[in-house]
Amino acid sequence: MTATPPHAHPYIPNSAPAVRRAMLKAVGTDSVEDFYADIPASLRLHRPLNLPAPLRSEAGLVRHLEELLAGGRSTRDTLSFLGAGCYPHHVPAVVDEVVNRSEFLTAYAGEPYEDHGRFQAMWEYQSLMAELLAAEVVNVPVYDGFQAAGTALRMAGRVTGRRRLLAVSDTAPEQLSKVTDYVRPEHEVTVLPPRADGRADLDAVRAELAAGDVAAVWAQAPAYSGLVDEGLPDLAELAHEAGALYVVGCNPLTLGVLAPPADYGADIACGDIQPLGVHMSYGGGNAGFLATQDVEQLVAEFPTRLFGLVPTSVEGEYGFGDVAFERTSFALREEGREWVGTASALHGIGAGVYLALMGPHGMREIGETVLAHTAYAKRRLAEVPGVEVPQADAVHFADFPVRFTGSRTAVEVNAALLEHGIFGGALRPERGPHEALFCVTETHTTADIDRLADTLKGIP
Amino acid sequence: MSDARRQGAAEPTREDARVAPKPALRRFHQARWDEKLIFELSTPGQRGIEVPAPEPEVAAAVGDVAAALPDALRRGTPPALPELGQQQVLRHYLRLSQENLGADLNVDVGQGTCTMKYSPKVNDSFVRDPRVAEAHPLQDASTVQGLLEIMYRLEGLLREVSGMDRVSLQPAAGSSAIWTNVAMIRAYFAARGEAEQRDTVITSSFSHPSNAACAKTAGYRVITLPPDADGYPDIEALRAAAGPRTAALLITNPEDTGIYNPRIEEFVRLVHEAGGLCAYDQANANGILGITRAREAGFDLCHFNLHKTFSTPHACGGPAAGACGVTEELAPYLPRPTVEFDGERYRLEHDRPDSVGSVRPFYGVVPNLVRAYAWIMSLGAEGLREAAEVAVLNNNYLLSRIREIPGVSVPYAQSRPRVEQVRYSWERLHADTGVHSEEIGLRAADFGTHYWTSHHPYTVPEPMTLEPTESYSRADLDEYAAILAEVAREAYEDPDVVRTAPHRSTVHRAREDTLESAATWAVTWRAYRRKVLGEDGA
Repeated sequence: MTATPPHAHPYIPNSAPAVRRAMLKAVGTDSVEDFYADIPASLRLHRPLNLPAPLRSEAGLVRHLEELLAGGRSTRDTLSFLGAGCYPHHVPAVVDEVVNRSEFLTAYAGEPYEDHGRFQAMWEYQSLMAELLAAEVVNVPVYDGFQAAGTALRMAGRVTGRRRLLAVSDTAPEQLSKVTDYVRPEHEVTVLPPRADGRADLDAVRAELAAGDVAAVWAQAPAYSGLVDEGLPDLAELAHEAGALYVVGCNPLTLGVLAPPADYGADIACGDIQPLGVHMSYGGGNAGFLATQDVEQLVAEFPTRLFGLVPTSVEGEYGFGDVAFERTSFALREEGREWVGTASALHGIGAGVYLALMGPHGMREIGETVLAHTAYAKRRLAEVPGVEVPQADAVHFADFPVRFTGSRTAVEVNAALLEHGIFGGALRPERGPHEALFCVTETHTTADIDRLADTLKGIP
Repeated sequence: MSDARRQGAAEPTREDARVAPKPALRRFHQARWDEKLIFELSTPGQRGIEVPAPEPEVAAAVGDVAAALPDALRRGTPPALPELGQQQVLRHYLRLSQENLGADLNVDVGQGTCTMKYSPKVNDSFVRDPRVAEAHPLQDASTVQGLLEIMYRLEGLLREVSGMDRVSLQPAAGSSAIWTNVAMIRAYFAARGEAEQRDTVITSSFSHPSNAACAKTAGYRVITLPPDADGYPDIEALRAAAGPRTAALLITNPEDTGIYNPRIEEFVRLVHEAGGLCAYDQANANGILGITRAREAGFDLCHFNLHKTFSTPHACGGPAAGACGVTEELAPYLPRPTVEFDGERYRLEHDRPDSVGSVRPFYGVVPNLVRAYAWIMSLGAEGLREAAEVAVLNNNYLLSRIREIPGVSVPYAQSRPRVEQVRYSWERLHADTGVHSEEIGLRAADFGTHYWTSHHPYTVPEPMTLEPTESYSRADLDEYAAILAEVAREAYEDPDVVRTAPHRSTVHRAREDTLESAATWAVTWRAYRRKVLGEDGA
């Protein structure tokens, strides 16, 4: 190990030896050891941490990271048909410009006075999402769509005082895993498998609701398989007749063309805003939303922060603050609703910028393009021998199911596609080795889809 | 040529050319664009970006896809989103960004407990690389070996920093990591058939509220240890609480007071003797990196906030990242998947039958994992220790400067040093002047800075929590102390200036009582128009 350089580390100005000595002297000591006097010797680490030698120079660090990332591939350089909860939509340059501003990227928890911009941008995010969702209350983002679903269901539980939750759509297995574990102390999740055509089994839902112990009917719009279930409005009626709430997980990017869940009876909408201008980042870009109407009973059950618009002492000036802060664990610790903490605020600001850029026309157009590409891809793949597209007559958005009927498993097909420079679909091991979920968005071209179909034809 | 020169005035002297020295405190004013809401900037027909339309052959082949859906599932009325040109959207948000005081722009030592250290710019460049930003989480492992290697290596680094046997990088943030630890504790006792018996979690009042809140959310009864006379969590209260119902102790050390609890081994031993587990909330780890570890203190689980201790940016409140470290005994319960290495290839291991499952989609907040990895690699073992020692030195130096300010006090354990932060009290200043801590913070904003009081409840009256980290220079700390000294002087000599602050902010005091009433709160533009403006159909 080399000796400590006689100059400061660039990130630690007071590590300059002379400065360090002078500051120690100023506080009347000659060693930082005095500050650690309360740590018993038995707890001290009496050796240096065993870590790799540091890369103190920025140039050296850049080189090291480049060496690690070298050879890595991404959807930028490789034609990809992966979706399944993380979507390759175009991220407008203006979104990147805004979320990479130092003022937003490095801010944290300032008051509305020194951080007015963050409060206004976040309130505008809530408001833009509210227009998209036809809702009046949208929260400061939670960690991700899984967390949003867990909280939406627990909110429904608190409102109804009931125990059981009905999962009625095709749901991502990992989402079901997370939600089941999250609600476990209060709720049990009854999974009602969809029918063969992918739609919720309304008869089974009706039968379960008859017990009178159901807090929420939980549907997905679209389902994990991409299917837009025509029964979504019927589920609202069934839930409400039985005194349950209707919780709908939705992809907000669909809502320029698909009806917002509130319009067909959802009491709580939830989901993930990653499609709205957040980079996929190997799954690091997810962030969750919750939306309800402005009903006090529901607002009282949000665990997260909700920013509100208020007047200030100056006419024509907008101020912002926390709505009903006493709901939260920040105010009441364990007596608050679930908990609140640092989550995904900047993704919310970015999603707001995205919606402001897209406007009503952009959101309609992107929805139409994705619907058209999805339908075209289903049609092209269905023509490929050995490839079956289940639920072919239904409407899918972005994701759609594929079954390989030949000898190859989905894993083997993907391996063959990779040899042709294509990332194939997401696996669905819970549905057997021959099932996959392919995805197209507005970023795909006709030629991309044709290339996939043609390549699959060459894979026996 | 100026008018004065033309009229034959005297030649300017050197004195005329001299700029006077800067005043002791900067004459800051926050940006004030008086910006409208984005909805008020809308002009129908304008747009910020074009979207690819389906190519003609696609349109011809599939027709109007949505027409196949029933009316109830098709959007009828378009969303009332604003319509703006691209530059107009950009300008609006850039103005809002200027009205925000990011950590890059101020001496951000006032957000105690949050470890506002410098987030190196070079680390941001890595996460904007398409091989990170545009990677899909379900790509074949062979195409993302570098990302998996970074995650694997980061786990290894954090294992060494904590002393624990395995580390999960999946939690989304600090509280998410606390939740994950609680979920593992629950699974551990369920596997031992003790889930019903062990229904209690013990925490302390100076640990983050999420310890209590996550435990409650997980179904536990919560017992909170109050501080004793010296500010330490009361060990007698722990003795009374620990027993056959104890599932776990969730505790911070040093706590948010900045005081290290020297009896922590005894706390751990008491809980272990009662059959419970101990989880170390390491939100306050910045002062003890390389000095002491969770392992040596006997903890079974711990967690780090990578956006605090390991420098990833705070992003207005996330995305953040959390990391949970556990002993071998708890490792089976870690979230799935884990990253494994067989000596040649890195892979994701999903086959973990005892796992608590996924706590988040996919594998974690990967950009922040890359940043945290790069930060640790830029420092190494010596650098981490240097960061810790200087963070503690900075804190004790700032403490000595703040102690000089009339009206401030440092509650508890008077003779003991503080580690990386201090919870101060303005109780005396309040008694003398009537000015509250919150008001001092608002006045400090007029000087281009910020401070935070403390979590609730205010066990320390009129609290203020400062955590200088290793990032700030001596001059930065002197400036911060001078600002607080000036505001305290004002509180004594001209308290109205403080009470009516801020004066040089983007906005003035808000009418906050409307936020507490369901009749007037307005979480969205849509609600504001209906409830406050009385617009029909809004």
